[in-house]
Amino acid sequence: MMNRSFIVAVVLALVAAVWATVAYLHGANIPVLEPQGPVASGELSVMYITLLLCAIIVVPVFVLLFWFAWKYRASNPETAKHHRPEWDHSSAWLEFSWWLAPTAIIAVLAVVAWQSAHALDPYVPLKGSNAPMTIQVVALDWKWLFIYPEEGIATVNYLEIPVNSPVHFELTADAPMNSFWIPALGGQIMVMPGMTTQLNLLASNAGVFNGVSGNISGAGFAGMTFAVHAVSESDFESWINGVKASSTPLTNAVYASLVAPSTYNAVAIYAPIDASLYTAITMKYMSAADMAATLAPTSASSNDMNGMNMPMGDAPMQ
Amino acid sequence: MNWTEFIFGKLSWSVFPQSPIAMGGGIFMVLVGFAIIFLITYYKKWGYLWKHWFTSLDPKKIGVMYIAVSVVMLVRGSADAFLMRAQQATSVGASQGILSASHFQQIFSAHGSIMIFFVAMGLMFGLINLVVPLQIGSRDVAFPFLNSVSFWLFVAGAALINLSLIVGDFSTAGWLSYPPLSELAFSPTSGVDYWIWSLQIGGLGSLLSGINFLVTIVKNRASGMTFMRMPMFSWTVLGAMSLVVFAFPILTATLALLALDRTLGMHFFTAGGGGNMMMYVNLIWAWGHPEVYILILPAFGIFSEVVPVFSGKKLAGYTSMVLSVIAIVFLSFTVWLHHFFTMGAGGDVNAFFGIMTAVIAIPTGVKIFNWLFTMYRGRIRFTSPMLWFMGFVVLFTLGGVAGVLLAEPAADFQLHNSLFLVAHFHTMIVSGVLFGYFAGFTFWFPKIFGFTLDERWGKRAFWAWLVGFILAFGPLYILGFMGATRRLDHYAANLGWQPLFIVAGIGAAIIGLGLICQVIQMYVSIKNRHKNRDTTGDPWGGRSLEWSTSSPPPAYNFAVLPVVHGRDAFWTAKQSGTVAAHRYEDIVMPRNSAIGIFIAGFVFLIGFGIVWHIWWLAILGLIGEFVSMLLRMFDDDTEEIISAEHIRVHEAAHHSRHATI
Repeated sequence: MMNRSFIVAVVLALVAAVWATVAYLHGANIPVLEPQGPVASGELSVMYITLLLCAIIVVPVFVLLFWFAWKYRASNPETAKHHRPEWDHSSAWLEFSWWLAPTAIIAVLAVVAWQSAHALDPYVPLKGSNAPMTIQVVALDWKWLFIYPEEGIATVNYLEIPVNSPVHFELTADAPMNSFWIPALGGQIMVMPGMTTQLNLLASNAGVFNGVSGNISGAGFAGMTFAVHAVSESDFESWINGVKASSTPLTNAVYASLVAPSTYNAVAIYAPIDASLYTAITMKYMSAADMAATLAPTSASSNDMNGMNMPMGDAPMQ
Repeated sequence: MNWTEFIFGKLSWSVFPQSPIAMGGGIFMVLVGFAIIFLITYYKKWGYLWKHWFTSLDPKKIGVMYIAVSVVMLVRGSADAFLMRAQQATSVGASQGILSASHFQQIFSAHGSIMIFFVAMGLMFGLINLVVPLQIGSRDVAFPFLNSVSFWLFVAGAALINLSLIVGDFSTAGWLSYPPLSELAFSPTSGVDYWIWSLQIGGLGSLLSGINFLVTIVKNRASGMTFMRMPMFSWTVLGAMSLVVFAFPILTATLALLALDRTLGMHFFTAGGGGNMMMYVNLIWAWGHPEVYILILPAFGIFSEVVPVFSGKKLAGYTSMVLSVIAIVFLSFTVWLHHFFTMGAGGDVNAFFGIMTAVIAIPTGVKIFNWLFTMYRGRIRFTSPMLWFMGFVVLFTLGGVAGVLLAEPAADFQLHNSLFLVAHFHTMIVSGVLFGYFAGFTFWFPKIFGFTLDERWGKRAFWAWLVGFILAFGPLYILGFMGATRRLDHYAANLGWQPLFIVAGIGAAIIGLGLICQVIQMYVSIKNRHKNRDTTGDPWGGRSLEWSTSSPPPAYNFAVLPVVHGRDAFWTAKQSGTVAAHRYEDIVMPRNSAIGIFIAGFVFLIGFGIVWHIWWLAILGLIGEFVSMLLRMFDDDTEEIISAEHIRVHEAAHHSRHATI
């Protein structure tokens, strides 16, 4: 059927392809597989556990597929002897085991899913050896505005954080929906106008990591990238002081120019800032009725259609 | 009153494409259209096509037309895919690639919408039309005229989405058009309106077809064919059509709400004004997840027919197969939130939907075991449908593992919106749905056309698809781990992504070779049709009723309606030598009707009118559609009689051929 040299060529091509892939990936930067903080590393462990559990089913499936295909091929003279055209299942137990095996694996996976979905819920605060901090994130067309409310500064397309310091992100958009993702530090969260979501991350190691938007937000979407600099606490403090000393204030006029669509924005630094800016941005999209509902907590729940917390609510969504 | 605005709405000269590549696409489509019209006119086939095909209510002919339109749309959707691969392979660092950001975004939005709505759905309804009535021993579908309306609505939707190449632009908001990006404030052109109305019209056709085939399977089965004797393909179609009936109204309502936002300034999903964009995302996936199973269930059904026939055995674990179909139908409505774990709904909600998603893997796993044990102790002939099956099991299982990874909320946070996700769902849709439909098309082709497809080119196509698929989507899995998000028209050079994007581009080119092999296969098969003629009606050693008729079957399918005594009705009949007694009677069949074409044509005008705010045209379309429906309602002469004598002559010819084999 197939001659020997053809098979040799196919095997050689496969070996070459695997070798080229391994050689290429050896030098490549693969942030999801090289976590730089506890969240990303926890999420990676979930992937490994899941893969191992799936392998218990997948490996036998592949073995049976190729074994049966080879053994019972029509061109095999032995096949006629084994042929049982009416064989359907030898016993109820065998058929039952087809249900049982995947069910058992999924039962274990369900436990993993339940525990990890809670432990790694983006709203759960983290613990670190350094003091926690808050950063407010605003997705704009097509750039990221980062507000450091405690330090009184803001940046565009640039994040600097101290290592081992739990960072609590509060996120909203003054633009279409985006998704905030720093693969080296951990998973993403959606960023929406008129709503606040939260994300907790921590960098265990110093370094420069890439941040992106995962959700299409318009023409300049591909340019919504930013660098995350994780530095020592003292370096962080001197950076903050430098920003405060040298920068331009984030006035209403400056903010208005940031809201206007622009692509591939350069890094910018602002200080001082208006402390109420973030709240003002989230309130911008609320109708009068929503605002009344938000201010009167007793009626807020009826307005809360699918579990989204409305702007003023900082509590994790239930 | 401004008369120009009244007559033309938002249309003006500026809506015609301005950039050379966009214009190229439009000009190409126009030329292809003219070429087809010229050829039909040149060979004087208009009358023939109108009389015997366009106005036909015969599901077999409607099925062929569905597949023909879907293949044209597959070419369009693939051209989009090749452009995307070319852009991402070249647009790195200082180079901006071949497309502008907006054009690139239109292309991926069109690619997804076309491949799901006008390729996968079209191929599915095509195969269902060809096979289901024959397989359940019925002469027709429950509502033959409705079937024609469904098909022509599908054509109207496809025409509208293609028209956006020439008049105006298409949506840039992705194939599911999440608001607020898809709202007027951020997408002011008519692109999203084209998206809404082509899907709305095509989706309406799908909903009507869903009702039609659900009723057909429930009411038109042959005498003696209980549900537990029904062939697996019909079972999976029953499952898929139940999903259509429950899921598509959600799509219709969601699109209508978005259209109200855009057209009448309402605020269902807008940013501000009390709109809630996550409501849209929930609704669209409450349709969107069942939609995945609508597409995959019939593919499972096809493999459940192909594997027993080419293994020379009955299907292992029939009852398990039925139970797993039913389980999938119910579970598919309980998992939609896994498409947006990153919304931040909290651990309880995410864990629930994650676990439900993993639970669907159980019935799917059971199906794979059933197919494997159908091969056990069989005599397996490796025809091209069987090769598609082998490729399906390998790729689909791996894609399924990727799916279980994504079903873990904690893992999904790192994989969502990345190219890993893109690679996962392409594995499910291409190696699952498309490989399945290719297998089914090859398998049932001789039944419909009377000759088998060329196996040599079929196998070449398979290998090109398999190798091309691995090269095109393997790199995307890796790119996801590297932090590459989907839909990027450009990326920085220092990320090191370009080599993988180039490999993916090579893979896409090899898939293109696979498509070319399939075109050659069709050409060679038609050329050699006399050599490959199926004179028996049963070229593979089939097991279900469709193989008991002549190939192609007569318009009435069965001269004498079959009586079924067990599963694998035709196989059992062949074994016991009891093939059909013959006392022929006149058969009443539906007469051809052109009204389905008129209804769909007027609906197209409604869609086009609303897209461009040409209100008089939309109202004209509405009136025309209503009048067409009235005409049909008051037409009492919708049936014709095929005489017993005519049937006797056809059947005698078939049985004499049968005897000589």
